[in-house]
Amino acid sequence: MADLIVRVQDLTKKFENTVAVDNISLEIGSGEIVGLLGPNGAGKTTLIHMLLGILLPSQGSIQIFGLDLASHREEILAHANFSSAYVMMPMSLSPWQNLNVFAKLYNIPHSGEKIEWALKKMEIWDLKDRATRGLSSGQISRLNLAKAILNDPELLLLDEPTASMDPDIADKTRRILKEIQKEHRMTILYTSHNMAEVETMAERVFFLNKGKIVAEGSPKELQNKFNQGTLEEVFLKIART
Amino acid sequence: MTSLANHQPLTTNHCLIRIWAVLLRHLYLYPKSASRIMEIFYWPVLDLLVWGFLTLYIVQHPNGISRFSGYLLGAMIFWDMLFRSQQAISISFLEEVWSRNLLNLFTSPLKPIEFLLATMTLSFVKLLTAGAVTVFLAWAFFSFNLFKMGTYLFPFVLNLVAMGWAVGIVTTAIILRYGERAEVMAWGLALLIQPFAAVFYPVSVLPWFLKPVALALPATYIFEGMREVLMAGNLNPKQIWIPTLLNGFYLFMAFLFFKMMFQSARIHGRLTKLGE
Ligand SMILES: Nc1ncnc2c1ncn2[C@@H]1O[C@H](COP(=O)(O)OP(=O)(O)OP(=O)(O)O)[C@@H](O)[C@H]1O
Ligand SMILES: [Mg+2]
Repeated sequence: MADLIVRVQDLTKKFENTVAVDNISLEIGSGEIVGLLGPNGAGKTTLIHMLLGILLPSQGSIQIFGLDLASHREEILAHANFSSAYVMMPMSLSPWQNLNVFAKLYNIPHSGEKIEWALKKMEIWDLKDRATRGLSSGQISRLNLAKAILNDPELLLLDEPTASMDPDIADKTRRILKEIQKEHRMTILYTSHNMAEVETMAERVFFLNKGKIVAEGSPKELQNKFNQGTLEEVFLKIART
Repeated sequence: MTSLANHQPLTTNHCLIRIWAVLLRHLYLYPKSASRIMEIFYWPVLDLLVWGFLTLYIVQHPNGISRFSGYLLGAMIFWDMLFRSQQAISISFLEEVWSRNLLNLFTSPLKPIEFLLATMTLSFVKLLTAGAVTVFLAWAFFSFNLFKMGTYLFPFVLNLVAMGWAVGIVTTAIILRYGERAEVMAWGLALLIQPFAAVFYPVSVLPWFLKPVALALPATYIFEGMREVLMAGNLNPKQIWIPTLLNGFYLFMAFLFFKMMFQSARIHGRLTKLGE
């Protein structure tokens, strides 16, 4: 495997009465696009939040870019980014103003050009001066993604990034993400409930169920292993056993 | 005739049931939430204490009142500075909760302390702007000149702001811990100290067992000091350095408390659930 970007060892997260992530170990190499699949409540979001340091593990360790997350949080986060269909941005600011705030937080040089680049990439440049409140939920998702690529992250964590997009925009977004990923050799870990999307995007997939990794491999490998025609059928098989 | 016309006419009964439905939606909140139950009593009880002690002072000093009333405006302006300084901090945090922006902020390299320093700066700017207007209006309409306090004004205002910061940071930490249930604190935790901080009456009015509480609050020294300066024109330096030390201590403790609550939020996954 190329340079290791993410290395998770024996990671566990317990909440009061659930074990959300149960003794997971995984490695992700530089430039990989990795899908994180699993039924509702499997622990995908919990894992991503731990990789971002906003949730502390109960046990285990996380190394990103070869650094220990617990002791190098800010350094790591400066080179990573995150987007989710379930976060928003201040609604009374315009997309441009919102991105300008994040450009400062990530200390981005020539921020004006970078913001323009990100908004144009996500095809919402013409909305830049409107109130974010007036954007549709799919447009807000694209604004979130524009934020997520603003600092040319080496590691991009995406939690259901295309959840509220129409098929056309979701398709475009996937293509844009792949394009940027190639240009910048970005590593992407993302969750999705859209199996067709995962098949086109991910080179490798981790299947989570009840906090454990129950299967791992390329979409093709998984289809062969579980003897199913599509990833969707693999999903159903794993989720229902 | 449309089919709607065949329906029964709207009866009072339907109307009552719908009113009950909305009422129920609110009543469901109370058994689970001590803070909501407290909220019912919070404002009236605190108001009663403040006005009660003020009445007590007036009754005890029938002659003092005319002299004393000249300082009411100063007390009000000063109190507002403390109160707004607290509110600005906790409301800034709540705005991030309401706009579901917390995750965006705290997945960036931003440190919690940097977040607090930004809200403190905002609170200071807001307060100077509002202060300038009220001070001008007090002078223009009521011939009350706050600048009569001369250079004492600076340590007074800075101490009030610092205390507002400390209370604001504690409030924010409590919201981080208890979530929206604690939102009421954002609007009025500072009010909790008002009856004891000698805002509108001297500490001497308070019963003996409340005096230690008053003397532990930096604001008490400022309000007493303000009256002393306006009356006598000068001030025992004690009235400045005691609250300054107290504020330093409280601010330090407030930061520490916030840090603890932030850490605990990262353990229990509260940061990710706030505002959802
Ligand atoms: N802050 C929290 N406190 C308590 N339990 C939590 C918390 N966050 C998540 N959980 C629990 O942990 C488990 C995993 O949740 P998680 O959000 O990671 O699932 P997920 O795989 O992202 O599911 P989905 O596909 O629905 O988004 C669930 O059982 C959930 O109830
Ligand atoms: Mg999830």
